[in-house]
Amino acid sequence: MSKEVIGSAVVVGGGITGMQSALDLADAGYYVYLVEKGSSIGGVMSQLDKTFPTNDCAM
Amino acid sequence: MDKCIACGACTEKCPKKIDDLYNASLKKRKAIYVEYDQAVPLKYVIDPASCIKLTKDKCGNCAKICPADAINYDDKPETLKLNVGSIVLSPGFKPFDPTIFDTYQYAKFPNVVTSMEFERILSASGPTMGHLTRMSKDHEEPKKIAWFQCVGSRDMNRCDNGYCSSVCCMYAIKEAAIAKEHNGDDLDCAIFYMDMRTHGKDFERYYENAKKKGVRFVRSRVHTINPIPETDSLEVRYVTDDGRLETEVFDMIVLSIGLETDPSTVKLANDLGIKLTRGNFAEYETFKPVATSREGIFVAGAFAGPKDIPQAMIDASAAASAAGELLTSARNTRTKTAEAVPESNVAGDRPKVGVFVCSCGSNIAGTVDVKALAEYAESLPYVEYVTNNLFACSQDTQDKMAEIIKEKNLNRVVVAACTPKTHEGLFQETLINAGLNKYLFEMVNIRNHDSWVHKETPDLATDKAKDLLRMGVAKASLFEPLREGELNVNQTAMVVGGGVAGMTAAKALSSQGYQTHIIERSDCLGGQALNLFKTIKGEDVAEKVADLENAIKVDDRITVHLNTEIATVDGFVGNFKTQLKGGSKLLLEHGIAVMATGASPLQPTEYMYGEDPRVLTSLEMDIKFKTKDPILDSAESAVFIQCVGSRQPDRPYCSRVCCTHSIDNALELKKHKPDMDVFILYRDIRSYGEKEYLYREARDAGVIFIRYELDAKPVVEKSGDSLVVRVKDHVLGRPLELKADILTLASAVLPNRNEALAQFFKVPMNDDGFFVERHAKLGPSEFATDGVFLAGTAHYPKPLDETVAQGRAAAARAVTLLAKQKVYTSGQVARVDAAVCSSCGICVSVCPYSAPSFMDTGYYAGKAEINPVLCKGCGLCVAACRSGAIHHGGFDNSQIFAQIFTMSA
Repeated sequence: MSKEVIGSAVVVGGGITGMQSALDLADAGYYVYLVEKGSSIGGVMSQLDKTFPTNDCAM
Repeated sequence: MDKCIACGACTEKCPKKIDDLYNASLKKRKAIYVEYDQAVPLKYVIDPASCIKLTKDKCGNCAKICPADAINYDDKPETLKLNVGSIVLSPGFKPFDPTIFDTYQYAKFPNVVTSMEFERILSASGPTMGHLTRMSKDHEEPKKIAWFQCVGSRDMNRCDNGYCSSVCCMYAIKEAAIAKEHNGDDLDCAIFYMDMRTHGKDFERYYENAKKKGVRFVRSRVHTINPIPETDSLEVRYVTDDGRLETEVFDMIVLSIGLETDPSTVKLANDLGIKLTRGNFAEYETFKPVATSREGIFVAGAFAGPKDIPQAMIDASAAASAAGELLTSARNTRTKTAEAVPESNVAGDRPKVGVFVCSCGSNIAGTVDVKALAEYAESLPYVEYVTNNLFACSQDTQDKMAEIIKEKNLNRVVVAACTPKTHEGLFQETLINAGLNKYLFEMVNIRNHDSWVHKETPDLATDKAKDLLRMGVAKASLFEPLREGELNVNQTAMVVGGGVAGMTAAKALSSQGYQTHIIERSDCLGGQALNLFKTIKGEDVAEKVADLENAIKVDDRITVHLNTEIATVDGFVGNFKTQLKGGSKLLLEHGIAVMATGASPLQPTEYMYGEDPRVLTSLEMDIKFKTKDPILDSAESAVFIQCVGSRQPDRPYCSRVCCTHSIDNALELKKHKPDMDVFILYRDIRSYGEKEYLYREARDAGVIFIRYELDAKPVVEKSGDSLVVRVKDHVLGRPLELKADILTLASAVLPNRNEALAQFFKVPMNDDGFFVERHAKLGPSEFATDGVFLAGTAHYPKPLDETVAQGRAAAARAVTLLAKQKVYTSGQVARVDAAVCSSCGICVSVCPYSAPSFMDTGYYAGKAEINPVLCKGCGLCVAACRSGAIHHGGFDNSQIFAQIFTMSA
């Protein structure tokens, strides 16, 4: 097996967690494959109306 | 997919209706659909299970109508093989399905809804357009709504989810508060709960405010819902705290459903060979919170245990840090750099303005006559080109826009659409791709400022859109290209605080190749963790902290400065200069800083603390365990008092860690000496997430839990030689007298308030003394001040696993800045025309960011200049300058006056 490190990562799930992880990895200089089974990223947070405790719009 | 222009014609012509899952099935959508208006990517998809063409080979309407020839019925799932260095799993959770509970009759009664459905009902993009109505046929506005907590959580009888879902108490309070905002204060909202778990930052205040606003909190678990014939209302029977049986009728009932791991995620975990916990979440060690049981595979978010958004964001960055560490040697080997398009020189050219009017689906076009607006735009001075787009922000429109700019030689671009806050960057990117300076762009907000707020008067809204657009074009015509300053980012990091958060952050930074300095004011590393006995998973804390400390000591990229504090800080993101004092007197130049200054336990002033040696704080109790104190053998009874100094008017926050800590210590006592009487006096038990299992274990082991109210706190007295705790039993309603050979006070967690440090880095603190992060939800591990990051209990009280995660998260966020190696200043900053400056100094005194100063040398010595790195572009100095010597890039006086004059013209 080759010992060469591959400078890329896969992130499974495109909710807020996956999106943030993918952004942080990409901004740190790694190529990222963000994999999402649905037709758009955003996850459950995009379904929320407002968020606590600031009542900010979730979208 | 590349061809779809998201025009929506396919959806319009599709004859097949299916459940709209985005709207929790409260609405229908077509078999060809886009998930929601703001979906990314904004591309229509076909549901293969219900599409008539795909199932019966009939219809085919969408292919016929599609103007972009984007429909491909032969599209098939493909299997791709990716070679990667590490994997992050963030599959999220599945909202619990309460259909199995016949007692709640969720499937049968239309006005019993889940909390997810209620979110959609409250949402402006939901089935009722944000109008809070019942789901029964009458669609009446409810007058009384009840929330039932712990549906699918903390329940081993009717489902297998013994854990607490962590977020439902807060979202229920939020939903009640927002419902009251929608339907007025008369709306009666009642939340039926077991323990109110508002253990996050600022949550307790939110809870108290909800009480003040009249939200009722009823501590009771409701078992039966009966329908009221013909009204679709629901009768609820419950037993109150003092044992009375009550009956109440509600118009609507919201089931606060929990979070669980989707079976497909469980399968994925099994396929990958990852260990799961008993609650079906990914298992991890306390000091490796985002590492799964398999090397190279990391986990973040709700799959690592039910959690709220900020905690998930911390996980996300922590996982990026851990995953990135493995790849450090291959940094920038797989990334691609976009080819830079040379910028065309437009200086001195006659303005040629392109206007793009966005319909935003029906968001704008539903109110504003966009066709008339586009026609009007053509009549404006310098306008060369006008078009109307359905979604100006879609990828295909962006590509087309770049083509048009080049083809028509446009040198100014105006987009009349939504808000620059979210979309300016996107359009500026398009300008850059078209070879235009990105500051030759103006955005006119005809949505938030117009179509949304003037829905009732479309004609006037169209007039207003014309006014706004005219002003935008007048301003854009005067734009000049602006230059951005480029600065190197010093590749050294500074971490303030040598506790677990600070050490973790330093180690993570060093592992990604950065020189890191830890500044610690005490004489050793470790912080409060040195006082802890063990984790709830049974790990020896001292051993783990020693491992971490050793790893730091042998790391030649980390320098530790003990007995050292900070004297002064100069500079800004990428270029800080920090003068140390005390043990080290180094002048440290660094690019970023992490605040990990930690917290300390409150020294109580009640319950005879300090008056009797048997009264201890939680950490002092840990020391008894660590030293195997003989009292552990001799004691026959132990009492714990919770919320000592927390959740009271002078300290209105929950210290988050104390419930679990006391339960763990109570269990430890029971294990050590099973016949010891152990009591925990509490207000709400907040063993969130899978810590709930520990709570159950403690009850099974015979630990007695007695609840008290804030206005009837326990009383500690001496009776002869014995220590006695008096408290009213909440079940029996009678006073109890408990003998305490050991009395542990779960004292509050206090931040190590450091005003000077906050001043040095211009970072804010809240009323409780915790640092205020950039964004409560989305930016928990960084400050609004660029280049300054945040980790650990200085942010909010948190247990070790969360502390380690945030230490890593702060490092990950910092690495995104360090890895760029350069930062760019904005072009939209103030600039002094030194020839006109009268050296009055007003700009120097008025600037909140210390950006202006007097030049020391050169031809213009004595005149003002502005450091573009420090300038935030607020414009105070421009307005204050009496000589008119200061110009503001992108908001110059001439441009603003042009807007004003054309508005009134």
